[in-house]
Amino acid sequence: MSARTESTRLFARQDARPAELLIRGAHVLDPRAGLDEPHDVLVQDGHIAELGSPGSLPAPDSGDVVEAGGRHLFPGFVDPHVHLRTPGQEYKETIETGTRAAAAGGFCAIIAMPNTAPVVDEAAVLGSLAEIARREACVPVGFLASITRGLAGSEMTEMAELRDAGALGFTDDGRPVVSAGMLRKALQYQRLAGGVIALHEEDPQLSGDGVMHEGAISARLGLAGIPSLSESTMVSRDAALALYEDARVHFQHLSCVESVQALAQAKEAGARVSGEVCPHHLTLTDEYVRTLDTRFKMNPPLRAESDRRALVEALRSGVIDCVATDHAPHAGHEKEVPFEQAPMGTTGLETAFAALFTELVLAGMLELSTVVERMTAGAALYGLPVPRIAVGEAANLCLVDLDARYEVGRDGYASRSSNCCFHGRTLHGRVELTVAGGAIAHRTRVLRAAGALR
Amino acid sequence: MRSFPKHLISIDDLDRARIERVLDRAESFAEVQGREIKKVPALRGRTVVNLFYEASTRTSSSFELAAKRLSADVVSVRASGSSIEKGESLKDTVQTLSAYDPAAIVIRSPHVGAAQLVAGWTEASVVNAGDGKHEHPTQALLDVFTLRRRLGSLDGARIWIVGDVMHSRVARSDIMAFTRMGAEVTVCGPPTLIPRGIEALGCRQTATLEDLHEADVVYVLRMQHERMREAFVPSLREYARRYQVTTDRMRPDQLLMHPGPVNRGVELSGEAIDSSQALIGEQVKAGVAVRMAVLYELLVGAPILAAVA
Repeated sequence: MSARTESTRLFARQDARPAELLIRGAHVLDPRAGLDEPHDVLVQDGHIAELGSPGSLPAPDSGDVVEAGGRHLFPGFVDPHVHLRTPGQEYKETIETGTRAAAAGGFCAIIAMPNTAPVVDEAAVLGSLAEIARREACVPVGFLASITRGLAGSEMTEMAELRDAGALGFTDDGRPVVSAGMLRKALQYQRLAGGVIALHEEDPQLSGDGVMHEGAISARLGLAGIPSLSESTMVSRDAALALYEDARVHFQHLSCVESVQALAQAKEAGARVSGEVCPHHLTLTDEYVRTLDTRFKMNPPLRAESDRRALVEALRSGVIDCVATDHAPHAGHEKEVPFEQAPMGTTGLETAFAALFTELVLAGMLELSTVVERMTAGAALYGLPVPRIAVGEAANLCLVDLDARYEVGRDGYASRSSNCCFHGRTLHGRVELTVAGGAIAHRTRVLRAAGALR
Repeated sequence: MRSFPKHLISIDDLDRARIERVLDRAESFAEVQGREIKKVPALRGRTVVNLFYEASTRTSSSFELAAKRLSADVVSVRASGSSIEKGESLKDTVQTLSAYDPAAIVIRSPHVGAAQLVAGWTEASVVNAGDGKHEHPTQALLDVFTLRRRLGSLDGARIWIVGDVMHSRVARSDIMAFTRMGAEVTVCGPPTLIPRGIEALGCRQTATLEDLHEADVVYVLRMQHERMREAFVPSLREYARRYQVTTDRMRPDQLLMHPGPVNRGVELSGEAIDSSQALIGEQVKAGVAVRMAVLYELLVGAPILAAVA
């Protein structure tokens, strides 16, 4: 197995200046550090140099001062599931625009999926992506390589070589690994190559031509349904494989109560498995598909209210480990077609926190600290250091105004695409400042205009 | 407030009173169809575009005739031989046609929601002439029209919809229109062709014809081979044995309907089609008057007595 630490598998702009910054009077909330009170936070040379009671730390000789005025400071979020569309579909997103969208959402690290054109199934493709990220990425990016060549599901990629080239792990995301035999070999080979194997779970025999959740609404609309069990039966199958091979497996974008049960059972049985859930599955249901607005078309589909509640509870209890956006940009003309013809996916980086804060925290379903914990937990699942607000740590921070209300999309998006399922909604909680990997990656106009931050 | 919606996308756009208004209007247009000169000047100088992305005989011809009998200028665009075939997007096509300033666009598409999308891209009134497996509201209106003529009222009528409900936009619009008009609807078909959750539309479901005698009206659906990507029944032979509606399986006083085109010998026996119980010909005939009424209500919508005078 490769000796390098996983954090060397993150790639970001090399010319970014380490932040020199005093954040004064922020409400610091870091559940892992046990912090939930007002503090001054001094960042020097991109690291957290000092924490002090509010107003106690003097302004540094050089650098900026942010008067936080009680706004919340969290550890930067980590998104283990992003589609950056590069290479091949740069008209939807680039590494530059995708990481800016991430920074605008408070993320200090993201993990990109390999279902690009060409697929990230060779070391050379991965190498060129890392090179682009070193030029363009304002937030550190980790790359997953595919499990099978060309995502075709039949031949394993050169997993060991891909790991040497910097792959964080492997996934055929966008598609399931249909063949249990094929997946089993990849799980065995993981013992040599290392790296988490992440799975998009879907039995195509059961999902068929489906475009939305199967239920009363698909029956009404005459749209082919995707039954929940097309996902959950595969979670069960692959959890059994993971247990048998003692492999490390991560289940992506879980969407239904049956999958939650399968994951809970697998954990109980001792399988080394984890799971993620998306903000849209935690906050929306198939009721929204009645509008036939293609922003609500994603895979897995928005499901029933009972599924949504089960997902929220699983995230609360920890059965599901973390939040992932499955940020999936598509161009306007691709989504402006009838529902069945539209590609699957919603963007999510810029709205993830605000959607969860508005729909779950303000609604009394989750604690704020739980949301913060689960939005950073994706790091550990891939062996990356979890952002912490503690002296000596690299500065990975986001400053959020929980009282700010805004209409999603009104001022446009940092992402190159605007297919956001929360478009037009009023959400609470605006990310005003993001420090990622020790450098300032995002600051709102409000902060700049106030002269607090240049 | 508009007394009638701008578009007809779904039966959901119409409450019972509005459905009755269309039917009453259609009655007056049906009367015009009996005259030697079958035209009224209601839409003179206005343009109706028929945009058909799917093969259709009766729907497209009856819309065309309906618009012409209202004295509209009619442009019919079909998927074959047009820029649609050259890959032009629906949005671009609609915007191009909108340059002619049409009063109405009638659209048939193989895709759910197409009519609704079109409504967002044009100033014209949009009529859904069938969008995938979703809805076919004018078919439902002409079905209600035909039945109301026979029964006087649908209140309390027991209507069985038999066959391939899964792939049928007619079934969806009919279930809603029939129940809205006071009928009790049962859907019957092989379990592989009844979508899970259909009861939410307010109908009962059953898998056998055993209790077919309960029905006042038997509405038989076309087996939609063309929409099936896989085998939903073991064979058409077995399907016909279990579900074919025949004169033997019907009481002589039950009414028989079908949206056409019929697969003779599959969902319906030859004698049943040709029997005096069958309203299939009346349904076709009603198509023109009902579509005239729909176009009229959407585009003119004046009080009913002034319409045809």
